[in-house]
Amino acid sequence: MKTLVLADHDNKVLKDATLSVVTAAAKLGEVHVLVAGNNCELVADHAAKIAGVGLVLLAEDAAYEHELAENVAPLIVNLMSDRDAFLAPSTSTGKNVAPRVAALLDVMQISDILSVEGPDTFTRPIYAGNAIATVQSSDAKKVITVRGTAFEKAAREGGNAQVEKIGTTGDAGLSSFVSAELSKSERPELTSAKVIVSGGRALQNGENFHALIEPLADKLKAAVGASRAAVDAGYVPNDYQVGQTGKIVAPEVYIAIGISGAIQHLAGMKDSKTIIAINKDEDAPIFQVADIGLVGDLFKIVPELTEKLPG
Amino acid sequence: MKILVPVKRVIDYNVKPRVKPDGTGVDLSNVKMSMNPFDEIAVEEAIRLKEKGAATEIVAVSIGPAKAQETLRTALAMGADRAILIQTDDEVEPLAVAKLLKAVADEEQPGLVILGKQAIDDDSNQTGQMLAALMGRPQGTFASKVDVSGDSVSVTREVDGGLETVSLKTPAIITTDLRLNEPRYASLPNIMKAKSKPLTQKTPADYGVDTTPRLKTLKVAEPPKRQAGSKIADVDELITKLKNLGVVA
Repeated sequence: MKTLVLADHDNKVLKDATLSVVTAAAKLGEVHVLVAGNNCELVADHAAKIAGVGLVLLAEDAAYEHELAENVAPLIVNLMSDRDAFLAPSTSTGKNVAPRVAALLDVMQISDILSVEGPDTFTRPIYAGNAIATVQSSDAKKVITVRGTAFEKAAREGGNAQVEKIGTTGDAGLSSFVSAELSKSERPELTSAKVIVSGGRALQNGENFHALIEPLADKLKAAVGASRAAVDAGYVPNDYQVGQTGKIVAPEVYIAIGISGAIQHLAGMKDSKTIIAINKDEDAPIFQVADIGLVGDLFKIVPELTEKLPG
Repeated sequence: MKILVPVKRVIDYNVKPRVKPDGTGVDLSNVKMSMNPFDEIAVEEAIRLKEKGAATEIVAVSIGPAKAQETLRTALAMGADRAILIQTDDEVEPLAVAKLLKAVADEEQPGLVILGKQAIDDDSNQTGQMLAALMGRPQGTFASKVDVSGDSVSVTREVDGGLETVSLKTPAIITTDLRLNEPRYASLPNIMKAKSKPLTQKTPADYGVDTTPRLKTLKVAEPPKRQAGSKIADVDELITKLKNLGVVA
């Protein structure tokens, strides 16, 4: 079986999400990685070094610079004529492009897989992670998105794949990129961080969020996350959101501060190795999943914790 | 411009789903059902575009059991003009839903189709993208802002690193993210009025679409349960725990 993996990148750096997809793809067969972008040769070189990758296809075109689905999907469809499975990460890029590819190939996509049980059988979460379905696909070709936190990352070094430049499909003329407004952060990326400090509505406002959560995160070298309530209230931008509608994370340690633990939030973090909850309501649902719980006022506890931590 | 808004009847988002003991699925008997939250946002956005004069008519469409009529009546009570129910008791996968919606769009010729980004039951996040592919039209997924001007629509999208704005030629397909708007509640007079708005009943066969599932669900299981944790007394104990976890030196 030959698989095609869509590389997630920003034309300079290959994102970590790609590495987990390579692991999933390798369980199905030979791994080819597609790097579609503009002036992204460096990304292709990085992809060629990933352990387990057999071939890297490099498609450079101004139309691919922002990975617009209308332009990238036809390219992938062409490449699938002699491949059996297409896998993309469950990132905003992957989720945008993959279903468009699936429909063009007339196959049902299997979204956000947690495991590969066989060549046509996979597990995936449904109902905000409250149930795990095992599904078997009857389609000849598989289109799959992969939950990054469910698979080990393939090693960034150790591979020696050939990079092959391929022809492009150009601009479909349906859509154009206008602008991007990216949140600047010096901290680790949320979906790949080992430690996450996350704040909720109980912080009351953005100033408290910045004054309490961020210094603690910095001392722990952690990424900062938030509940939807904190995002909706405007304390932090929406790309901080952890949950069913935000990012799915599974760090070593997840520290939930002032977060009650609604099922939509738990959907995004309950696979964390260790969950620590700080909340003044001892009946908050978060304590039902927390390994370590501390009941008390976060406005006292968090500053004390930050103060007492070494470093 | 006409706007088509597909809506889905799903388990209410506040209900904690229970997996059936025989592993065949989630128990939906006697469970509160509602309109998928992302679809409420889609209906709201369509109504706002009509209120701004950017749209002339809003058609809500749902594919599902007879009870999906209630979901359509909710959309009508919020402000949709008419509704189409494609009735089937089978579970219809996103690919088949997209094919049915394409057939409806071929008839209705909408300038925009606004869908939710995902349904909170199957969590697929596919239908809008698939519909756009089948129609050969552009897609603005995970929208947090929509601006129609002339024959194009500007869509600000929620992407992993922040926000991204794209410009799409209409007809276009948009899928809503949570922050696009705050859906209105249907008032009692509007709920009454909605009862007399037109609702057309169809079947998948009327559109010649085969809804045979491509995926077979072999098993539905509970996720592994987390072990009950312990409560600790104070910050010093927390620091000790963090040291044991190797998070701090």
